[in-house]
This record gives sequence, C-alpha cells and structure tokens, in this order.
Amino acid sequence: MKALIWAALLLGSAWSIPAPALNVFACEPEWGALTRELAGDAVTLDVATSALQDVHQIEAKPSLIAKMRRADLVVCSGAELEAGWLPQLIRQSGNSKVASGPGSFMATDQVVTLDKPSELDRAAGDVHPQGNPHVQLDPYRVLAIAKALAARLAQLDPGNAAVYTQRLADFSTRWQAAIPNWEARAAPLKGRKVVVHHASWVYLLTWLGVEQIGTLEPKPGVPPTSGHLAGLIEITKAQSALAILSAAYQDPKAGEWLAERTGVPALVLPFTVGGDDQAKDLFGLYDATLDRLLGALK
Amino acid sequence: MLRKPLLLLTLLPALAVGAAPSADPRFDALDARIAALEANAQVLRDQAAAAQAEAAAARAELQQMRAEQSQSKVAAVAAPAPAMSASNANGNAFNPAISMILTGQYAHHSLDPENYQRSGFPLVGEGGPGEQGLKLGESEISLSANIDDKFYGQMTLAFGSEDGETEVGIEEAYIDTLALPGGLSLRAGRFFSNIGYLNSHHAHTDAFVDRPLAYQDFVGNQSGADGAQLPWVAPPDLYVELGGELLRGDNYPSGGADNDGVGVQTAFAHLGGDVGIENSWLAGISVLRSDAVAAEDGFSGEQTLYLADATWKWAPRGNTKDGGVTLRGEYFFDDRDGVYVDAAVPELVQAWRGQRRGAYLEGVYRINRSWDTGYRYDRLWADQDGPQASDHDPVRNSLMLTWRNSEFSLLRLQYSRDEPNADDSDNAIYLQYQATLGAHGAHKF
Repeated sequence: MKALIWAALLLGSAWSIPAPALNVFACEPEWGALTRELAGDAVTLDVATSALQDVHQIEAKPSLIAKMRRADLVVCSGAELEAGWLPQLIRQSGNSKVASGPGSFMATDQVVTLDKPSELDRAAGDVHPQGNPHVQLDPYRVLAIAKALAARLAQLDPGNAAVYTQRLADFSTRWQAAIPNWEARAAPLKGRKVVVHHASWVYLLTWLGVEQIGTLEPKPGVPPTSGHLAGLIEITKAQSALAILSAAYQDPKAGEWLAERTGVPALVLPFTVGGDDQAKDLFGLYDATLDRLLGALK
Repeated sequence: MLRKPLLLLTLLPALAVGAAPSADPRFDALDARIAALEANAQVLRDQAAAAQAEAAAARAELQQMRAEQSQSKVAAVAAPAPAMSASNANGNAFNPAISMILTGQYAHHSLDPENYQRSGFPLVGEGGPGEQGLKLGESEISLSANIDDKFYGQMTLAFGSEDGETEVGIEEAYIDTLALPGGLSLRAGRFFSNIGYLNSHHAHTDAFVDRPLAYQDFVGNQSGADGAQLPWVAPPDLYVELGGELLRGDNYPSGGADNDGVGVQTAFAHLGGDVGIENSWLAGISVLRSDAVAAEDGFSGEQTLYLADATWKWAPRGNTKDGGVTLRGEYFFDDRDGVYVDAAVPELVQAWRGQRRGAYLEGVYRINRSWDTGYRYDRLWADQDGPQASDHDPVRNSLMLTWRNSEFSLLRLQYSRDEPNADDSDNAIYLQYQATLGAHGAHKF
C-alpha cells in the first residue's frame, strides 16, 4: 500500500514538472542577448542569425523552419528588416501563434524610428518605409524595448512573471548605471564626422552626437562601386573624418580602399552581440563599440 | 534746372536740424555722410535682428532636441508602436500585397525549334526548346494577403502570348489555413504541387533560363493543379515535412480529370538541416500517382512518378547572397501501365508498359552579390521497348552567367548544347532579363 502511495506521489510529481519553458525565436543576436538578460534560463532560446551574417539577406532555410515550428514568441527588429525571410519561415512552419498578436514582438514597434523616408521609390535603393530598423545601438531605445519585452514575456508565461520582473529591474539598474559612463567616455567623440558602409549607425551616431558625412554604398543595399568610392575621397579628407565604419558582417575591402587613399582609419565595429570577442553581451557590445571609436581619436 | 529744387526739397528735413538752407556744396557732402551713417545703422539693426532670429532658432532647436531626448528617455515605457499611423488612414490600407514579375528573352537555336524532336519523349505542356528570337516571357501579377485570422490567400495571374493572342492564365489561386494546430496547414485551390524541389518554386527563382529536361518531360515543365494539400511539419530539430495532395488532374501527366475529378494523388517528404553555420541541406522523396485518360502524350492508364531531390548550399559565414556554392540534383522514375493511342491513327491502340527515367545535376557558384555562374547537366533515359522506344538517350549541357543589379533585377546569359535525338544537336544561346516590382517577396529555400 505504502509503495502504491509512493508510486502515486512519484507519478504526481512527474506530472507537476513545470510546463515546458517558453520557446523564444530571436531573429538577431542583440534580441537574443536581451531575451537572455530578461529571462535567463526560464526560456529556451533560438537565435536565427550570427553577427557575421547580413540579416537583410537571410534565406528561409530548413533548420530555421524547424526552429520556428516550436516557437511561442518571435523577437525580431521588424520595420521590414526581415521581410525577405521571416514571413516565409512562419508560413512554412505552420506555426500561426507567432504570425501576429502576442507571439510576435518587433523591437521597432516599441520605439520611435529615425530615417523614415518621405518618398518610397526603389530607385533610392532598399529603403525601409517604417524607418531605420537598426535600433540596437541607442541605449535609451534598448531600455524601452527591454521593458516592453519583459512585459510580453510575463504575458505569455505568467508562471515566470516574477522572474521577468525581477530580471528587468536588475537589467535596468545596471543599464542605467552604464549609460552615464558610456556618455562620459564618448564625450570627446561629439561633433566628429564619420563615413559609414551602410546607414545602419544612425541611432548610435545620433546618441553620440557624431555626424555621418557619407556612405560607402551608393544607395542602401547597393554594393559600393569604385566610382562612388572615388567621389568620397575628397569629402572624407576635406571634413577630416574620424573614421570609416563597417559592421563585422560587411566586406571590409571598400572601407580599407578609402582608408588607404585618405589616411582616415577604417574601423570594424561589432554592430551586434558576437561581432567581436569583447561584444559577448549587450554591455560588451557598447563597450567594444566605444573602445573602437575612441581608439581612432589617438 | 528742375532737379535742384527737388533735391533741396528732399534734403530739407535733414538740413533743418543743421544750418539754414543754403546752396553751399558742403551741405550736400554733409548730407551724404548722414545718409551713409543712417544706412549703416540700418544694416547694423538688420544684422542684430538676423542674429536674434538665429539665436531664437537655435534655442528652438535645442529645445526640440532636449524634448526628443527626454522623449526617447521617457519612451522607456512608451506606448507600443507609433509604427503604423499615417498609412492606415485611407481605404487602401487593407489592399493585398501586389508584386509583378516581368521577363523577356532573346534565344538563338542552331536547330529550328519546328524540327525539334526528343526521342523517346514526345514534347508536352510547356516543355520544349521554346521559340527562336525575341520573345516576351510570362508576365506575372501576384496578390496576397491574410484573409482573416484563420486564412491567407494568394493569386498569381500569368499573362503570355500565343500566336499573337494574349492569354491570361490562373497560375495559382489558393487559400492556406493559418490556425491549424501542431504544425499542420491545409491549402486548397490551384497551386504548384509540392513534389520534388523545383516544382513548387516559381520559375523566376530558377538559376537557369529554362527548366531541366526531366521537368519538361515528366510534369510538362511544372505540375500545377486544382486540389487540396495537407503538409505537416514535425516537431524535432531536424526539419521534417510530410504531406499529401489530392488533385483534379486536368493537365499533363494525367490529362482529363478522371475518377470524378480526383485522379491524381501525391505524397512527399522533405528533410533538411544545417551542418555548422556555413552549410545547409534539403532532401526529399515524392511520388505522384495518376489515372490518365488520353493524356497529352497519348497515354491512358496508370502512371506512377517517383522523385528524389537533394540540395546542398555552402556559403562563407552563411551569407548565401554574397558568395558560395549551391549543388542540386533531382532524379525522376516514371512507371507506366496502360495503352498508347496515336492522335494521328486513333484506331491503333498499343500497350504502353515500361519505365523511363530522367535526372539533372546543377552547380551554381555565387561570385559576389552581383554575379553568379553555373553549370547544369541534363539526362533522360528512354524506354527500351513499347510505343516510345528509343536507343538514344537525350543529353543536354548548359552554362549560365547572371548579373544582378539588385535583388529586384537580373540579366542572364545561357548557352546550352542539346542532343535530343541520334541525328540532331541544338546549340542555343539565351539572353534573358527578369525584374520584380512591388511588394518585397519572401522566397523558399
């Protein structure tokens, strides 16, 4: 009899094992890192891309369909950054939970975007009608997104709501303590000028008060051409630019070509978590970015 | 003479302050100096006003920047999404996404397409060498949108011209369910069957100008039909998609909707995954069963078509649009058990029992975002006996070079050497353009 009760208890405890953790599908490493900050091990996390990939140009590959199949929440940039692959993944996986509603979390929907084009014409390159989607390098926006994401996690997984609330409080404290430090360190960058590979730095530059004087791409999404690069030599020299910025995933050749002819250093910034050894998490990403930029001052 | 009194009149107020009116030229000089000083004062006043305006503008800008900054700081808990505002105001907000494909080509064949014969494989559907010279390709318009919370709909219309007449065809028109549980979805309407690899892909995503010979001969270029499709994606980490279709079977290879209009059944399984971050693969097996009645190639009876497909993509860092290699092969096995009726001699009915096979292997090297080049080997194995018996097995080799200005436009040059029968060979050169307009499409792997 006793054995039976024990068996029943065991069975009962087996049943009461907490419901399988929330499955989160993050499109980009920065949102994967933010999810980790806010959820720790309370969720199962799949990150679809790496810092060395161009997220504009991912393919809807089978491994991603399999991951999407089990997702309860999709955390992506939005603003059409993933237009070429995310809708296909969702449709092919047959997972309607994440197509819209609470299962779909777009970072750019939580904040005001910059660079909204006043005119939509593909002759202007690959423009994003809802504004520039690369919002991860403005700490204030990241904080706003973190708060919204924590709320969403709690909504989908009320059992762990306390975990998300507590971790958000912890993250906010550390993040808000870090911001003044970053701003103090970055003060000498204010008013300086940079040439960028793709217009993916607008939030960082606006935050730091750095001016963008040119792009290596003649138009967004169009690879640099030698004619266009030659045209940049004069302006880069004349305005005594601080640096030429590329992201870790971009081909550094174009930036190096211009650096050689102008003496202005070509910097490769991590752009997202995992973009270099230092950018292991969101804090490291900001530290690494500022280190590289300040390094160009010397 | 008249000028002087006038001048005096105008000078009067200024001079009134000074000495009595006089014709002394010194007064004129003094007066000019006063006027100059006054003008000077005005300029200074203007400058001061301009400076003040500038200062005010700067103050306003500063205030706006402060407001923006505090807004972005406060945006902290900001209400979600100002993202969709203006565009929702008009009645077009719920219009479907519209995209359009434009394509055209120039083809030169050394063998007149009119005299082209593929031994063992009568030309069917849209299969065949195509036409000589300049030609508009199929122009497509595709509309798609979520219908409501449970359904998604898409229609693709194809416009082509046949002997100077414009033809409009419904290439696809289907609805998909969005809310079935457990990785299931159901598609109903007209669609491209999910058998093999290329069949469910639109021709504008192909790497070559034309479809492989096996596709031309076994499914008439691309198998599209009215029916229903039920795919299921399995839960594990490995991508596993299983499914089946029930199709009407009007078109080749069936021809004539037999069995109350459900004469064709298919089943398919696709597996896929990654090896590291630089390699991805997809493989599948499929089968199509049809009860054909007077199909385009003269066949009536039972046909079973088996397909095996495999795709391997390698790209440095997984950036497939910037470089890498795609290898793909598909194998077809066509088993017939029925009769053959020659359209020219309907009285003569022959038994048609036998097997034919076909395959292609292609490799595409992506040099960079703008350029790719590829090679394709096509092969067919004809039946040894029966009405389509042939000793010659058709072979074709193709080379292509593609230049993309952006992801929305491309130019393609292709050379093919085709040996369709024992006596003929066809050297063909194609120059093709292709453009995508409108909504940003999301393509299958």
